[in-house]
Amino acid sequence: MSPETIAATVVAQKRPQGRTEARARAARNHKLKVLGARVLLLAVLLGAWEVLARNDVIDAFNFSMPSKVWDQIVQWTLHGTPQGPLGEQIAYTLYEALLGWIVGVTAGVVLGIVLGRVRFLADVLGPFIKVLNALPRIVLAPVFLIWFGLGPASKVASAVVLVFFPVFFNAFQGAREVDRNLVANARILGASGRQVTLQVVVPAATSWIFTSLHVSFGFALIGAIVGEYIGADRGIGLLVSASQGTFNTAGVYAAMAILAVVALLAEGLLTFLEKRLFRWKPAAPGER
Amino acid sequence: MNSGNSGKPGENPGGTPRPDAAPAIELRGATKVFRTPSGADHTAVRDLDLTVAQGEFVAVVGPTGCGKSTTLTLVSGLEEPTEGEVLVGGEPVTGIRTEVGFVFQQDAVFPWRTVLSNVMAGPRFRGVPKAEARERARDWLGRVGLAAFEDRYPHQLSGGQRKRVALAQTFVGDPAILLMDEPFSALDVQTRALMSDELLELWGGSRPDGRAAASVVFVTHDLEEAIALADKVVVMTAGPATVKEVFPIDLPRPRRVESVRLEPRFIEIYREIWSSLGEEVRITRERGAAHVA
Repeated sequence: MSPETIAATVVAQKRPQGRTEARARAARNHKLKVLGARVLLLAVLLGAWEVLARNDVIDAFNFSMPSKVWDQIVQWTLHGTPQGPLGEQIAYTLYEALLGWIVGVTAGVVLGIVLGRVRFLADVLGPFIKVLNALPRIVLAPVFLIWFGLGPASKVASAVVLVFFPVFFNAFQGAREVDRNLVANARILGASGRQVTLQVVVPAATSWIFTSLHVSFGFALIGAIVGEYIGADRGIGLLVSASQGTFNTAGVYAAMAILAVVALLAEGLLTFLEKRLFRWKPAAPGER
Repeated sequence: MNSGNSGKPGENPGGTPRPDAAPAIELRGATKVFRTPSGADHTAVRDLDLTVAQGEFVAVVGPTGCGKSTTLTLVSGLEEPTEGEVLVGGEPVTGIRTEVGFVFQQDAVFPWRTVLSNVMAGPRFRGVPKAEARERARDWLGRVGLAAFEDRYPHQLSGGQRKRVALAQTFVGDPAILLMDEPFSALDVQTRALMSDELLELWGGSRPDGRAAASVVFVTHDLEEAIALADKVVVMTAGPATVKEVFPIDLPRPRRVESVRLEPRFIEIYREIWSSLGEEVRITRERGAAHVA
């Protein structure tokens, strides 16, 4: 916390009836209102779904209803899924997604920076990367299933190919667009080529890379889920396909809800890390 | 190392250059041609001859965009001349040299490093142990008056403070040759005068252990600034740049920028140089108008 902020708080405490306080109260009120409206909207949507399904306006078999989905989640949590305990399925999917994400991000960042710095390599490999990027990579999932079997390897592989490209392109762009003044300054100050790369290009490219990390964790989850959906012995994707196979609509929705929570938690963790890492950046106006 | 600030900038910081010593910087017929993105050739500097004696403060003035900055990049070793020779200390420049310091026009401090870490960057790049680098950096931060700000990030500082960080970052490397590319042009007028005084003071006290002060090439488009600071003002022609005329400045040191510009001799010199520079500025302006038309 900067000294200014502390000073401002002190001043606010000294003048309890001051304008600062009124403003803070208004801000709090606004927050509460927004939160209340959100809860209300969710309740209305879920309630409408429930009522419509119960009164047979929409087909309860095809669309299920929130209470059944909730029951399904509770049942899975307490008694386990047909494939085993629920926690194990979540852990499995997360493990595949995380491993794929780490491998994909590492490869993307390293290759992006290297190609961004070494003109020759970029010129040689450019067209290949473009072709691979143009390919809808999700079609590779069945190929990976054939190559790597039903185990986690095939899911990790599909997560990797999904994650790699956005990260790579961002890192490449970031390395290319480093302020030339900063590079010149570092060179004048005596930095070697390697020092320029590691201490100027990499930090300058991190904000580019981080934008892609948010999106790419979602991609890693997609890769893992689609891989599991096509063929697996465990995981949330398998839960979806198994529920679908037994006409258990509530099961499909329940798996989706679980996935959404997992994805949100991961996103929150990333945002937290980003804040720690980018203390040197001025806060964007009206954000962060 | 610590005698620093008290050093009297007045006592001819240039010292007396030994007559046999090679000049600090020498450009002989230097020409620099750039290839523009559209494939055409652009000559930034043409057949440039310039000599800077050891410990001499040379200001280079010329119309905007004429190629003054290119001259500096040639001396720094960031770029090589297309033709001609660039010598530093009597040796041809083949790359970046350790004794050269460069202060850029735009902010070039590293935004992800704290103030202290920014000033430590140069020594650390050159393999000075961390503790020693930190000590030297703190010393220089004290001299530029930023000792209390060492933990701040550049975005938390004002423009003038960031420029001071850049000066400390450069001076900490103890440069024998100091290249400055319109370093204060982005600052407001008052800060600018203040920074010019500080620069003169740092320059005078920069190399306290008996050696001559750094040789400075200071590029600017502000003629007042040039006269107030320099021993010698070089007027460049409209681009492609080459030396048009050289004016020695016989104003006594120490100088205070704000007061020296009111002296009759200053105004005399100003008028004399402006008659030479003004013509080039007019040519550049006419060209610009022709471009727009």
